[in-house]
Amino acid sequence: MSCVVRAERLSKSYGSLRAVRDISFAINEGECFGFLGHNGAGKSTTLKMIYGLSTVDQGGLWLFDQKITLTPPSLKARLGVVPQEDNLDPDLTVLENLTVFGALFGLSSQEGKARATEYLQFWGLDDKVNVSPDELSGGLKRRLVIARALMNRPRLLILDEPTTGLDPQARHLVWQKLRLLKSEGISLVLTTHYMEEARQLCDRLVIMEAGQILAEGSPEQLVQEHVLPYVIEVHLPQSQVPAAVVDQVRAYGGQVETVADSLFFFAHDGNDLWSRLESWGLPPKVCHLRSAHLEDVYLKLTGTTSEEEKR
Amino acid sequence: MIEPWRILRRHLTIFSRTFWTNTMFNFFEPFLYLTAMGYGLGAFVQEMEGISYMEYIAPGIVASSAMFAATFECTYGSFVRLHYQKTFHAILAGPVTVRDIIIAEALFGMIKCVVFGAVILLVIAVMGQVRSSLALLIPLFLILPGLFFSLMAVTYTCLAPNIDYFNYYITLFVTPLYLFGGVFFPLTGMPVWAQKLAWFNPLSHSVEVCRALALGQPAWPTIGEHVLWFFIGSALLLAPPIHLMRRRLIQ
Repeated sequence: MSCVVRAERLSKSYGSLRAVRDISFAINEGECFGFLGHNGAGKSTTLKMIYGLSTVDQGGLWLFDQKITLTPPSLKARLGVVPQEDNLDPDLTVLENLTVFGALFGLSSQEGKARATEYLQFWGLDDKVNVSPDELSGGLKRRLVIARALMNRPRLLILDEPTTGLDPQARHLVWQKLRLLKSEGISLVLTTHYMEEARQLCDRLVIMEAGQILAEGSPEQLVQEHVLPYVIEVHLPQSQVPAAVVDQVRAYGGQVETVADSLFFFAHDGNDLWSRLESWGLPPKVCHLRSAHLEDVYLKLTGTTSEEEKR
Repeated sequence: MIEPWRILRRHLTIFSRTFWTNTMFNFFEPFLYLTAMGYGLGAFVQEMEGISYMEYIAPGIVASSAMFAATFECTYGSFVRLHYQKTFHAILAGPVTVRDIIIAEALFGMIKCVVFGAVILLVIAVMGQVRSSLALLIPLFLILPGLFFSLMAVTYTCLAPNIDYFNYYITLFVTPLYLFGGVFFPLTGMPVWAQKLAWFNPLSHSVEVCRALALGQPAWPTIGEHVLWFFIGSALLLAPPIHLMRRRLIQ
């Protein structure tokens, strides 16, 4: 299978800040690849190196098998870029935002208009053709940015936090459309800090923190490899949890994680551990048993404090 | 080399929509100067270098409003595209480079310079202040100062940390060019050192060419020198904004 993007020991610094450190990954043709991590983890920097708003400092980056330090126009012609910030042109109408951008790729007015109409329909914007993007809701703006990125029929669509700030309905609509695009053969690469988004869309993903890749795999694989299949959440401040319980869970063979003063017990057999908790002095009504998911992996790997708390 | 033209299409799409409001606004200020100075001051100044004061300043107003048109577009206009609207970031997602963006800015500033210069030229012609049909060459000539003033302005834009910095550019730099560019009085009345310094004032070259063409008294070799001045000046000013803008847009 051929790679659309490949990175080997890729690094990028801004002054003394090492935004990306020695990361390696490969994105296959036709897959959806995700970068999961919180703000400042190095996700956006990695994408910017791919789409040409940032140069490569160290290591190798290959785009469609061509080594790059700054993405040349010939390769940008095969990319679609959805930046984190909606940089729509407020001086142009919704339709013109697409046609003028299409013209950059050499589309004739006719071609541009035909394509724009097609994508406005696809993204449900066909009744907004002549309004200013300023009049659109957050969700519609986001859809327009994605539609614009499709104007050159890219082989690789790059999405930097595609659904941040959208309400759940709008988010699901975007996901649905992105899946459709993938089924048409477009490769997708996205950054997100929504576990649900990563789970819904990504065939494979990497978890990033402080410029490094902590883990890689499919969402299911990551859950299998990094945490036990069941979790019991303890909805009680740690000070009120009997001190011995943690040791008892460990002795039983479970794993204990602390996230922001909450305890999580991981086990192979959730029901079995659950049945023992009451005898260890922990009332069942403050506990919640569920299967482990991607968020547990993420929290376990990236530690217990968010970036904001560290600052 | 087609990419800058493709970017320019975006600018022209917007320009064509706002053409009339834009033109009216840009026409008003030069018209005020022309009437206030030409009729007001002109009542006391009998002749200037052998022609009426109005005839003297009219071509200078054409040259200076052309300068202002390019300057405003490539300072405030460019900065809004760069900083507030992130237009350049958006354009860079297409198959273009920073160089293409800068060239498109310079071409857009140049077009505004030519268009507004031509509008004022029409006004002074209607007012009967143009003597020769050679004045028809003025819009063609304005291409050169248009490129020069645009490149100069966009270079400053690359360095400006915020939009307030353009006040300095206009007040401390462009206004002196305007006042000491030979628009309102001949520079020959100034001390010799000031006359020598005026050679570095781009507007003075533009004013002399516009005046010679409007009066129909062109000394072609001198005009050639002014044209050459703009050619060399623009060529020298092409690389710095490309370099500076790249530093600003690409991390």
